Amino acid sequence: MSPENAPDPDPARRARRPRRPRWAILGERAIEAAIRLSGVSAIVFVAAIFFFVLREALPVLLRDEFSLGQFLFGTEWYPTSATNVRYGSLALTVGTASVAALAMAFAVPFGLGTAIYISEFCSRRTRETLKVVIELLSAIPSVVWGFIGLTVMSKLIVRLTGAPVGVNLLNGAIIVALMSLPIIVSISEDALKAVPDHYREAALALGATRWQTVWRVLLPAAKNGLLAAVLLGVGRAVGETMAVLMATGHAVNIPHGLLDSVRTLTANIAAELGEAPVGSDHYRVLFLTGTLLFLITFAVNLTADLVVRGSRRR
Amino acid sequence: MAGTVLPSPGRFARTPHAARQERTERLARAAFALMAAAMIVPLVSILAYLLVRAWPVLSWEFLVDVPRRGMTQGGVWPAFVGTLYLVGLSLAVSAPLGVLAAVYLNEYARDTWFKRAVNLAVINLAGVPSIVHALFGLGAFVYAARFGYSILAASMTLGIMTLPVIVTSTREALAAVPIAFREACWNVGATRWQTIRAVVLPNSISGILTGVILEVSRAAGETAPIMFTGAVFFKAVERGDLFPYRINEQCMALSMHLYTLATQVPGVDEALPFATAIVLLGSVLLVNATAIALRVFLRNRKRW
Repeated sequence: MSPENAPDPDPARRARRPRRPRWAILGERAIEAAIRLSGVSAIVFVAAIFFFVLREALPVLLRDEFSLGQFLFGTEWYPTSATNVRYGSLALTVGTASVAALAMAFAVPFGLGTAIYISEFCSRRTRETLKVVIELLSAIPSVVWGFIGLTVMSKLIVRLTGAPVGVNLLNGAIIVALMSLPIIVSISEDALKAVPDHYREAALALGATRWQTVWRVLLPAAKNGLLAAVLLGVGRAVGETMAVLMATGHAVNIPHGLLDSVRTLTANIAAELGEAPVGSDHYRVLFLTGTLLFLITFAVNLTADLVVRGSRRR
Repeated sequence: MAGTVLPSPGRFARTPHAARQERTERLARAAFALMAAAMIVPLVSILAYLLVRAWPVLSWEFLVDVPRRGMTQGGVWPAFVGTLYLVGLSLAVSAPLGVLAAVYLNEYARDTWFKRAVNLAVINLAGVPSIVHALFGLGAFVYAARFGYSILAASMTLGIMTLPVIVTSTREALAAVPIAFREACWNVGATRWQTIRAVVLPNSISGILTGVILEVSRAAGETAPIMFTGAVFFKAVERGDLFPYRINEQCMALSMHLYTLATQVPGVDEALPFATAIVLLGSVLLVNATAIALRVFLRNRKRW
């Protein structure tokens, strides 16, 4: 594959052949080294993120009074209490899980439906328009979403359900659903587009309607890609910070209904990091929460990658 | 229809089964169209609502004026300039790194486990929650590298966070250059890098540019990563001053300013946070629209 020419066997001709100046060759070496280094940089950054976040969290992990079991499964989160300090993050984890699950319950049907419509049903013109809309939707910053949740959605929820406060689980889930829709739509549309056209042609030749083609042929064929889309949506929902900070209310408790206020792992870090003295236990526990989040999203993304790869190999 | 005589119902009449099929088809089509329409509704209604609420204070004056009376009145200038600083500097980190990394992935890497690992790392970098990036920035840049709470630390964090945006779109742009172009260049004796510089990059520059533009819009909107690394609630700045900050100082930022106005400051003029949201959203959408327009323009112009 090397495009470099093999050296000329005749020494006289080799001497006559014009050579590139030394600086050009060195320059090329340097730039290729830079390219390789940049390629590695992504891996370095991911490792560095894990390292630095864990490094700040480690001292508290190694202390005798701190138990990891209590951190993961304790329900009491009293980080600033004077007498009874407790770092139990279960309520936060449940908060994250409930927001993400509810958001996916909204976003997955709509996302898949839109992707199917875009790739199978609509005209080219509509498709282009919809794709632009989706791209713009994905460009809305999360703090603006949070602001919308805080102002528009909370009023709507209070008016429609009669809840005492509008910032709650339902509000956060709707906002997060809207935020993760674009990624679900675009990845599932890719997955549907990747199904070879002769599958569609075969189905049509058998007299299947378009809906039958979608339901019986395309969805099973694109199953893995669609699953990956959902997983990436989940990853987005778990990691969302500013929007849930502003839209879910501020109560650290395990929710019993849609209209309860919750707090998620991400929002908790954002809310408390500013107040926690640097180097204190509280500060380190927040970094530990960050490590937990990193591991969760890493696992989700890895699974999504494996799922996609599995589908490609087939 | 009962009166008219159909010419031989024959084999082409609709059986109940076919009718049912057709009904299902229509229903499915309508349902999917409705779902797609549901994507447009929030975008339009949100924009409209924000605009209406922001209207009373929205003006040129709002953009170039500084916040007044404990941030309850005035404009957003320091935050706007701060965002420009952060975005510009983060671009200086992520654009060269991202483009080179994409060149590596598309032009140099063989299909091995290592390339797969790099790919996975890029996906993961995009998937790590923004608040974890903030923790990383705090631990690595603010403390370990001793940058302190500064524009430098904040924009490095932003740059690393937005790296995947540039890598992904640059890669797509590079992959769109036909392999025959490269082969032609290799055949006249060019080395790999010469080929990339003379053929591949010029033919994909527009796609790379699109990625850079998208990075700008992404970086401008982020709040969490800069919150604990370099953005402050308030900083006194001259009205309309273009260079109010130094690189080792903290700055204000639009996204942070919106968060502050919406949640932390009591007694804010009602329209103020809405107008701030409009300025932020407007800039981001404008930048994105530029990227889209550029892409459409170039796709129409493409010669291969």
